[in-house]
Amino acid sequence: MHKLSTGRKVFLVVNFVVLFLAALLCILPLINVLAISFSSKAAASGGYVNFWPVDFTTASYQYALSKPEFLAGFLVSLKRVALGYSINILLAILTAYPLAKERSTFSYRHIYAWFFIVTMLFSGGLIPTYITVKEVGLLDSIWALVLPGAVPVFSVILLMNFFRNMPKEIEEAALIDGAGQWRILWSIFLPLSIPAIATISLFSVVGHWNAWFDGLIYMNSQANYPLQSYLQTIIITPELNAVSGNELLDMNEVSDRTFKAAQVFLASLPVLVIYPFLQKYFMKGLVMGSVKG
Amino acid sequence: MSWNKKLQEIPFHLMLIPGVVLTIIFSYVPIAGIVIAFQKFQPAKGIFNSKWIGFDNFEYMLNMPNFTSVLWNTVFIAVIKIIAGLIVPIVVALLLNEVANAFFKRTVQTIIYFPHFLSWVILGGIVVDILSPSSGIVNQFLGYFGIKPIFFLGNENWFPYTLVITDTWKSFGYGTIVYLAALTAINQQLYEAAVVDGANRWQQTWHVTLPGMMPIITLMTVLSLGDVLNAGFEQVFNLYSPMVYSTGDIIDTFVYRIGLIEAQYGVATAVGLFKSVIAFGLIVWSNKLANKYAGYRVF
Repeated sequence: MHKLSTGRKVFLVVNFVVLFLAALLCILPLINVLAISFSSKAAASGGYVNFWPVDFTTASYQYALSKPEFLAGFLVSLKRVALGYSINILLAILTAYPLAKERSTFSYRHIYAWFFIVTMLFSGGLIPTYITVKEVGLLDSIWALVLPGAVPVFSVILLMNFFRNMPKEIEEAALIDGAGQWRILWSIFLPLSIPAIATISLFSVVGHWNAWFDGLIYMNSQANYPLQSYLQTIIITPELNAVSGNELLDMNEVSDRTFKAAQVFLASLPVLVIYPFLQKYFMKGLVMGSVKG
Repeated sequence: MSWNKKLQEIPFHLMLIPGVVLTIIFSYVPIAGIVIAFQKFQPAKGIFNSKWIGFDNFEYMLNMPNFTSVLWNTVFIAVIKIIAGLIVPIVVALLLNEVANAFFKRTVQTIIYFPHFLSWVILGGIVVDILSPSSGIVNQFLGYFGIKPIFFLGNENWFPYTLVITDTWKSFGYGTIVYLAALTAINQQLYEAAVVDGANRWQQTWHVTLPGMMPIITLMTVLSLGDVLNAGFEQVFNLYSPMVYSTGDIIDTFVYRIGLIEAQYGVATAVGLFKSVIAFGLIVWSNKLANKYAGYRVF
């Protein structure tokens, strides 16, 4: 290791400071709102809270968790994630496998491939999609949240590329041993694709957990809102608020601000918990997605 | 094709049936439903009995007083977002690449791509709170420098830039991954050769690192052309208000309001179709360019 020049040392220090500040800028808004969520009403509305709770209290969290709408939304979201995830993964596997075959093995591959590509390039748009979902009779049903996006085309492409990069010899050997395509997919390809499936699983879970707009337009009754749609109505548009102003005045400890902050954090908690996996597999997924067969 | 081969291919068709059926219902039927852009669509009459009115909806759209400003807002916001979304991640990736301490490098990465995984409802809640003119921390901080509170989300001059900055906050960490991956793929021997030739750090960055990143930079630039009409519906929807419609209303929010709120289905579909057609052209064109200059293929 040779000695660093003065210029290099200065650069490294400046670089460290710049990156440190960038990271700090990213995280401080989150810390500020977290601190507000644990602060008392007076401290929050007086603007005394920076990055540490003032008059520490969990009243806002207790209040949020006691709201039936919040818990109902949480349950709808869990149901949606479970259902949507299962459908996404099943369809991604079933769709990606035939598309990963060469044209010599599956003659209609290109026709099917274009059939799916078209949906990435062109869509009916908001209104025709809404009318379709309505006409199919899915309004106010959880299926409206999982069926329209049932085939995750981006994940299909990722998985297809992964399947294509597997050695051809494994499949040939299995065919000679008399295995059918279903068996090859189930017993050979799937066990070997765990990393790719983990990646698309996380895409699907995070996507379903975070989705809010479809819940807002397809659910007429607020009781069917997933958590994020419910939060959208109370955090962003307070005039449609389920919590009336009078109700809040009754409480000594909780203000509208601390209550919103607490809910923001409760809703991000699941993402925070799976974040270590997200980080690991999204990296891999991006790399996999970029290695085109 | 022999019967035998056709039989062998049957499992592939079976596997594709569920995906094909759902895609027909939820992607192709809505594409066919675009015909209501050419109708005086009335939900009670349905597609088959509504009156056909040719291009009247498009004429109506072009004559709407705010259509031009909506179109301009969309392109303006989208283009600055694209530029910021290219420059910031490239610079951060280059800076991170110079960091020798693996722990620091990893920690910074972990922190900067966290916001990417939160929804715009959550981030919108946070942004509204910290930017509040009365009690938000940003205006309090600016107050220390004697700056009067700025209503970032309610002032039409500030609003587009607030969108760009908060969008960069959400997504630059994620973009950085792509460029960092490209950086680590650069052949180390090129650096050794450059050192032998007497190149200093700046020269190495200029003559080895940047050329090494050029293919991915070209690719990302070209592909982002497809987003020129995507100003970010989810973000704008959660942050805008009638106060900032003049600079913050974009095609997608406009379609939402005239379609689902005012129930002018035909006009809203016409506006949506106008966008889809241009976006389609842009995506096809950008993919052609990407294929030509970076050898990129989607399928």
